[in-house]
Amino acid sequence: MDPKEAETGSRERVESKALSHDSKPEPETSEQSSEPQVLATPKLDVESFTRLSRRELLKVAPVLALGVFAVPTVQEFLLKKGLGFSDWASALLFRRGHAAPVFADADLTPFEKFPINDYDVDDPGVIFENWSLSVSGAVQKPGEYKLEQIQALRPYRQNTRHVCVEGWDVIGRFGGARLSDFLTMIGADTSAQYITVRCADDYYESLDMATALHSQTLLCYEMYDRPLTREHGAPLRLNVPTKIGYKQAKYLTELSVTNVLEKVGYWEDQGYSSFYGL
Amino acid sequence: MKNDYEIFISSMNTTIVEIVRTKGEQAESAGRAAYEHPLVVRWCHWANAISLFVLVGSGLQIFRAFPSFGDKIPQKDLLNWPKAFAIGGWLGGALQWHLTFMWIYLASGLIYVGYQIFTGNYRQVLFTHRDIPGVWPMVKHYFFFGTKPETKEAYNPLQKHAYTTAIGLGLLSVLTGLAIWKPVQLSALAWLMGGFHWARLWHFVVMWAMLAFVFGHLIMVVLHGWNNFVSMLTGWKKDPEY
Repeated sequence: MDPKEAETGSRERVESKALSHDSKPEPETSEQSSEPQVLATPKLDVESFTRLSRRELLKVAPVLALGVFAVPTVQEFLLKKGLGFSDWASALLFRRGHAAPVFADADLTPFEKFPINDYDVDDPGVIFENWSLSVSGAVQKPGEYKLEQIQALRPYRQNTRHVCVEGWDVIGRFGGARLSDFLTMIGADTSAQYITVRCADDYYESLDMATALHSQTLLCYEMYDRPLTREHGAPLRLNVPTKIGYKQAKYLTELSVTNVLEKVGYWEDQGYSSFYGL
Repeated sequence: MKNDYEIFISSMNTTIVEIVRTKGEQAESAGRAAYEHPLVVRWCHWANAISLFVLVGSGLQIFRAFPSFGDKIPQKDLLNWPKAFAIGGWLGGALQWHLTFMWIYLASGLIYVGYQIFTGNYRQVLFTHRDIPGVWPMVKHYFFFGTKPETKEAYNPLQKHAYTTAIGLGLLSVLTGLAIWKPVQLSALAWLMGGFHWARLWHFVVMWAMLAFVFGHLIMVVLHGWNNFVSMLTGWKKDPEY
């Protein structure tokens, strides 16, 4: 097995059988195995080997290109691109006909344990008697819509998982009208790309049209079979089981159908994912 | 002269050369060198190492936003990870790092596995039943001061076991990550893991398992010295043990 031993031939003889990994382990009884694993060890002088090593080292250098992420100015740009790529992939993965898992009543998180998340105040002080949803944009019937008009649409109730970007999740019971039914009622141009909403607490959000038309996307006015409480977004909030929590805006006051997004959403404009479909 | 080694570099299995001090008939031996790591493997190794570092750092920052696996109300923190050992600064920033480097991590993993399978080089690392008899002698050597078993290939059975496990953990990290990222579109995958809530825990557990591997890996790199480390940069390992 000594390579030098095997190398009795001419120096030019360079054929080498590489160490074969799939060869069966041979009994260690004889040094002169009938199938020598190394026929010859080719020679390389020290300088050539150093040159070769340097060249191979240089070939690995492209990995250092990842170092650009350490440059602050480029970093921001690249991370935006990375996030944008993830959003693009998310939109590709979205399937209109695929429903979010629904759960039995027994799986529901108790109402008291359903977190109240907001960025400003629990209760922006909406005066229910004066409340209406102001509709604008690419719709045939813009104007003010009262809660009764939305409640007159066919109601749906669903037990779905609410996932927060922070990492916690709860299973809640939500009731309301399908956003798609509402869009039909107001004569929305569903070939437009986005739905935007504004809220009584100055929060704002947007949804891509495919998600807005999804059968589980609700204009939600009920939770746990009772009218929405103020902390949970009364009188009207979004419930979108195919989206992350921050997309599900509360205390809605305005809804618009548009092709142009001046702003994406309160959190998105600070660096969160724009699409964040689950 | 060039062909002398170009041929061997292109060979997928380990190639051994003898390094000599002078050219010619009376060349004096200056040792041997084995070509252990093809270029693609080296690229993937370092791209994977960098992306794993970023993913763990940003992942722990994401975890800081809700450092628990229980209820939100009431919240019982499992571990308050220090911000200094996290990447991204805040949840949104960490998510940007995580959602960017997960693609580099995934790409390096897919290219690596694809290359290993396509070229047959996977035999170098894949732990199979043939490696089982060699496990105990290596354990004796590593932990109970036993004599070092003779090696005939780049990796001993325990190394193969470690690398095969790490590749499996890599796959699991991607699958659990996908289940957290897309619990609705990939609801079947999330279901397999017990739903979003559990998938998040598995993702966390897989990370620690991976870190345990990295910890052991780095110790072994230090113990095995410079030539071994250099081999993952140049592909060539000087004075191999076989």
